[in-house]
Amino acid sequence: MSVLDVRGVTKVYGDGAATVHALRGVSLSVEGGEYVAIMGSSGSGKSTLMNILGCLDIPSAGQYLLDGVDVSRLNDRQLALVRNRRIGFVFQSFNLIPRTSALANVELPLAYAGVKTAERRRRARVALDMVGLADRADHDPNQLSGGQQQRVAVARALVTEPALLLADEPTGNLDSRSTEDILGILDDLHAAGRTILLITHEEDVAARASRLIRLFDGRIASDVQQERVLT
Amino acid sequence: MSVFEVLRFAVRGISANKLRSGLTMLGILIGVAAVILLVAVGNGSAQQVAERIEALGTKTLTVQGVGGGSVLTHEVAEALDDPVLAPDVTSVSPVASTQATLTYQGTDHSVQQFVGSYPSYFGASNSPVGTGSAFTEDDLKQGRRVVVIGQTVAEELFPGVDPVGEEITVSGALFTVVGVLDEKSSASGFLDANDLAIAPLTAVQQALTGYGPYNSIIVEAQSSEKVADAQAQVSLILSQRIETSGSSATQPYRIQNASQLLETQTETADTFTTLLGAVAGISLLVGGIGITNIMLVTVTERTREIGIRKALGAPRRVILTQFLAEATMLSLLGGGLGVAAALIGSNFTIVGVKPVIVPSSIALALCVSVAIGLFFGSVPANRAAGLRPIDALRYE
Repeated sequence: MSVLDVRGVTKVYGDGAATVHALRGVSLSVEGGEYVAIMGSSGSGKSTLMNILGCLDIPSAGQYLLDGVDVSRLNDRQLALVRNRRIGFVFQSFNLIPRTSALANVELPLAYAGVKTAERRRRARVALDMVGLADRADHDPNQLSGGQQQRVAVARALVTEPALLLADEPTGNLDSRSTEDILGILDDLHAAGRTILLITHEEDVAARASRLIRLFDGRIASDVQQERVLT
Repeated sequence: MSVFEVLRFAVRGISANKLRSGLTMLGILIGVAAVILLVAVGNGSAQQVAERIEALGTKTLTVQGVGGGSVLTHEVAEALDDPVLAPDVTSVSPVASTQATLTYQGTDHSVQQFVGSYPSYFGASNSPVGTGSAFTEDDLKQGRRVVVIGQTVAEELFPGVDPVGEEITVSGALFTVVGVLDEKSSASGFLDANDLAIAPLTAVQQALTGYGPYNSIIVEAQSSEKVADAQAQVSLILSQRIETSGSSATQPYRIQNASQLLETQTETADTFTTLLGAVAGISLLVGGIGITNIMLVTVTERTREIGIRKALGAPRRVILTQFLAEATMLSLLGGGLGVAAALIGSNFTIVGVKPVIVPSSIALALCVSVAIGLFFGSVPANRAAGLRPIDALRYE
């Protein structure tokens, strides 16, 4: 069974003359363990698609099945549960909670999942260790570099061990070295069997994925399996 | 997610912006402290008034002529001192008083009340003699010109001198000072209760007022429980003795007792307390609006953070409780500190009044402050918790 299955999803913003069709019917299915890169020029609807996949937004029409469950049928509480357990989301702008230590940021999804404090702390440290930031656990986000912040964000996305990792231009705001760090982590995760969806507009980032989807004007323009380029 | 966890998030939220949280708390603190303290001041002044009136003597009745009537004659006073018709009356002290200027060695002092009465007046009016002695029955019979002066008079005329034994001139007549009254608290702020002089009735009538009707008659009952009985007996005797003229329905005299005075004064004090409480209540409300404002700003400012939290899987309920807990904590902390401030403040005398805390005002002020926090905090919190994660995340 597919991890995610999108059928004829459309998304329309606004109404009347100001109507914007961000998605004009996208169908796509991703199997477990795939590493998918989504590319497209700005305005092609890739971020909108990602937000719908991450259950942050709801489609105007069409169906979205996550692990075989129709997300549109879930209520607010169940959606919160899905976001918490099934999906790890990495944002372009990191979106760490300010004035809160890296460790506490990583612990947050576990806290919402109801994990006990000691267990939570242990798992958060393991996740931080995995992204190589064990020694920065007590730093606040504003004391970390952009690359480090994004690694904290990745640790936070991974800490609940979600089936699906969604990354919306995770390297968009990073320099080449930090980009390499993040992509290295994603490679490791892919090797460990995680399903990863990644938005990017850099060809060399997209080249790391096993499947490349190009969006154009709210539709899928191409969808190809590719040889992964490893550095 | 446990309650403890939510509370920890709330504490973190409050401490994230210490200055703002502190100022908000200050608003509530001032409001709560003002309510408790001002009500305490009102209550304290009411109690003070009650104490002063009790000091006047709660077992006395005052009979006063009304409308310049000349009904309180010597005969009327004699008639009141009747063990058969008025068994509950222990003493009757007719009072002839006037304003007078006292002179001692070139120093002038104008006294409000120069009282001529019987020796029983000292007991009935609750004015014990401090130094020296009161005048006696014998002084009264002989019409000796002796006088007992109040503290104010003693300070004005005899600074640094013992007045007992000295001679003063009262509107041309020479009087010997035999005693000084104890300091007495003033029942009303306008009249100085220590600015008086008491002399034998006969001497005062002879030298100053002449043998006309009395200004008033002070009647002392056996005890404060017997005051009502004594009043009934006195009014019966008076109605027999004094003929009410057919044309007017009003009595030419009035009988007052201290408890009536107490009631009127207490009513006044209650009005005063209510007024103070209302003013303080407004400041509490302003503090509450401060909390609402801060919560609105906080929620708006943290909309992005709310979006992040929702994206990480925070249920609506948790977000809501976090912000509600923040608002409640702010108001509860501010309220608690306000209570502490009020309790400390009540140890000091404020505008001459020793505040007496009313326990219910503490409970009320605290409840109101928490209710304000809960109610006004819930509006912005509810709005924030209801946002779709993507809308909250995009909010700038």
